[in-house]
Amino acid sequence: MEFLIITAVKLALVLFVFMTTLAYLQWVERKVIAHVQVRMGPSRVGPHGLLQPLADVIKLITKEGVMPPHVNSFFYLAAPFFAVFMALISISIIPFGTSLTIPAFTLAGATYGPYKTMMELADVNVGILLILAVSSMGVYGIALAGWSSNNKYSLLGGLRSSAQMISYELPLSLAIAAPLLSAGTLSLRGIADSQIGYYLGFIPRWAIFQMPFPQIFSFIIFMIAAFAETNRIPFDLPEAENELVAGFHVEYSSMTFAAFFMAEYANMVTVCSVATLLFLGGWQPLWPATLGSDFIAPLIMFGAGAICFYHGIYPARPFDRITLPVFGVVFFGLAGVLAFPPTVPILMPLFWFLAKLCFLLFVFIWIRATLPRFRYDQLMAFAWKFLFPVALANLLITGFLVALFD
Amino acid sequence: MDSAAVMNLLKNGVPISWYLVLSAILFAIGVSGFLFRRNIITVFMCIELMLNAVNLSFIAFAHQHKQVSGQLFTFFVMVVAAAEAAVGLAIILTVFKNRSTLNIDEIDTLKN
Amino acid sequence: MDLFFFLLFAFIAVVCAINVVLQTHPISSALSLVGVMGSLAVLYLMLGAEFIAMAQMIVYAGAIMVLFVFVIMLLNAGAEKRKGSSLTSQIFGIPAIIALFVLLCLSALKWFPSSDLVKFGDFSGGGAQPFGYALFTDYLLPFEVTSLLILIAIIGAIVLARKEID
Repeated sequence: MEFLIITAVKLALVLFVFMTTLAYLQWVERKVIAHVQVRMGPSRVGPHGLLQPLADVIKLITKEGVMPPHVNSFFYLAAPFFAVFMALISISIIPFGTSLTIPAFTLAGATYGPYKTMMELADVNVGILLILAVSSMGVYGIALAGWSSNNKYSLLGGLRSSAQMISYELPLSLAIAAPLLSAGTLSLRGIADSQIGYYLGFIPRWAIFQMPFPQIFSFIIFMIAAFAETNRIPFDLPEAENELVAGFHVEYSSMTFAAFFMAEYANMVTVCSVATLLFLGGWQPLWPATLGSDFIAPLIMFGAGAICFYHGIYPARPFDRITLPVFGVVFFGLAGVLAFPPTVPILMPLFWFLAKLCFLLFVFIWIRATLPRFRYDQLMAFAWKFLFPVALANLLITGFLVALFD
Repeated sequence: MDSAAVMNLLKNGVPISWYLVLSAILFAIGVSGFLFRRNIITVFMCIELMLNAVNLSFIAFAHQHKQVSGQLFTFFVMVVAAAEAAVGLAIILTVFKNRSTLNIDEIDTLKN
Repeated sequence: MDLFFFLLFAFIAVVCAINVVLQTHPISSALSLVGVMGSLAVLYLMLGAEFIAMAQMIVYAGAIMVLFVFVIMLLNAGAEKRKGSSLTSQIFGIPAIIALFVLLCLSALKWFPSSDLVKFGDFSGGGAQPFGYALFTDYLLPFEVTSLLILIAIIGAIVLARKEID
């Protein structure tokens, strides 16, 4: 019974944090792309545009949902639902850290004992295969959206996008299989646990540094295939606004359009989490705790707070004199929480996981701001003629070296 | 067996014959679709439904004998179904290019 | 708990299978078949075949059915127009199928008494490691033969579906 209550609490927490993260990921993306293009991005709605996602949500909900008369209404409404459903399933098996122990507490006269739970919703034995299965099923949302819109541009965009996604699933699966050879298990927590330890005392045993064959090529292939799986630039030809009249989502408006974008950002977070777990060691720190890696987190927060206070004293805009010191106080509070010794074993792994995840998401956004997009035939030729043979060769070499040295 | 004994038994699990009956139901539905439908792609999908029903029987028997061989047979059935789907759909595309119809009643030029 | 999940997913599988046969438009049949495969994957999980359940979702529901959906979208297959069927098939068809079904059910119920129970967790040999071990040691020859079969299928599909260069 306690298992059900604990799982329900974890589920509510993960869903709330995940949904807020998706909304603010869009804010981060717009700000980063804007600063790369030497402009400011959203800055009107709330301090530094922080309430922009709220404004967008309100706009999308209250917009008139136009249902065109020529669409196949069942599939037209089912497609975004399907896309979001598949995108959200994967978050349930991703582990965020080590175990969490809630100490015993008394509430209304009854003592509830200490509870120990792992920081994930479910640990499945074949976790990595479940993620592959769910990303294979995500193709249906896009194909059905393109087809049911009864519009030749949507159909072309939907078919191209589906063909791109299934073509890049092959190098993705082969790139995932290579670090699994040395991890020895398919469960995500087991893969992250197999990267515990340090070589020579200070090099972490992450998969990209692991000794029979450092999986750096698998990491690069995985990231490239992940860009194509999530339809991000440079592979977003099927859904770009100036190609094919916005591709498969041209007939969608308001909430259904928002559903597709939510599905895209959720897929992005999922593939970055999987990359963190498989290749970057999950929640293992970059150098050992004995050499002081526990102090880097409060140090970063303290530095961020100090920068905020400095810009509050010499403000760029008049209202920065008020908002930036507030942010500075928030960062100092976070630094204090992260430095507090009883919470360090719980918060440090979580901090390292989120730091690596945020770095990979920043790489996604950075590449979006920088690169032009591939033409469709270049994209498919790249998948089948270059990436697939390279991934296969990488798997062969990894297998050979692991069999020879382990 | 009276109903109380049956309920008591069912609390411990599901009888394996129920999985086989489900497999038989799916197989019979697949056979009826294969014989009654006229669209060639739907006929092909009913073949896949029959293969899935047989896969369920294999996995049920693998559980009963506590061996993994039944699951390996399922794996091979899946691989053969994939190969068959690829070649079969290529044939359907070629037939459509030549006859412009997907109704198997109209593809009868070899008939007397 | 086992009983509840079995009945739920068996019901979904049968309803989706009947939908495959009764729907006129091929896309609806294809998506109902995806529903059948999904509920069968859950039943495989209950029978301890976790690798096969995931393989079913990745290969069958995620690749083969996507191929079906692509072909239906490319050929722009419309809803089927029903023509009359011959009298022989109408008289002998349905009773024959019912006879086949009854025969299968009776043999299943006779040879496997209701005391042979299946419980989730009884069989733990269906994970990736025992599966892979058996695949590469006992069943190596069928494995190699099926990989050759896939190669032949790829070549056949490319030859059949390519554009003629005149």
